Amino acid sequence: MSRSLKKGPFVSPKLLKRIEEMNRKGERKVIKTWSRASTIFPQFVGHTIAVHDGRRHVPVYISENMVGHKLGEFAPTRFFRGHVKSEKSSKTGRR
Amino acid sequence: MARIAGVDIPRDKRVVISLTYIYGIGKPTSQKILAATGIDENKRVKDLDEAELTRLREYIDRNYVVEGDLRREVNMNIKRLIEIGCYRGIRHRRNLPTRGQRTRTNARTRRGARKTVAGKKKAPRK
Repeated sequence: MSRSLKKGPFVSPKLLKRIEEMNRKGERKVIKTWSRASTIFPQFVGHTIAVHDGRRHVPVYISENMVGHKLGEFAPTRFFRGHVKSEKSSKTGRR
Repeated sequence: MARIAGVDIPRDKRVVISLTYIYGIGKPTSQKILAATGIDENKRVKDLDEAELTRLREYIDRNYVVEGDLRREVNMNIKRLIEIGCYRGIRHRRNLPTRGQRTRTNARTRRGARKTVAGKKKAPRK
């Protein structure tokens, strides 16, 4: 189900504040954030945001057509490294 | 010959059904179109007169995106997702389902025919 329009899009207030501050000063710094659920606002365009993927912060450069998506969509949380070798061929098992 | 929205020439069938042969028009859309143009759903396409056909053509042209244009639009949307590198784009890139379905089993429509992987363990006996 999609979010109620009444509430408007969600963005972590802290993050938005920091971005707006940077826009005012014309700075371009990488911001670390854990807020994967935040919607990308038009103000974000041109910034690089390091989005947490559970292990580290993945730098994401925000371009214009990313607006409206969530930050988490650009920092995948799962890494598929191929299937586990069967016990017969190797005894390594799961990583 | 009844030609609506490009190359579609469905005849002999009821108009409601015939219109669904156009890419982008399903049954509900078809019913709405016919209601708006005031054409009886049950009439066969071959029994429509020129005026009715023209009315249909114009109405569809004006109000709906169909066939090539629609296909292009859909492909552009997918391309956009792939380009921005978001999760859905990545799933499209790898030809996997994009809406969170399981892929341990099923998902055959997206993944295509089964490819047997060598060395896969058979069901354990005993």
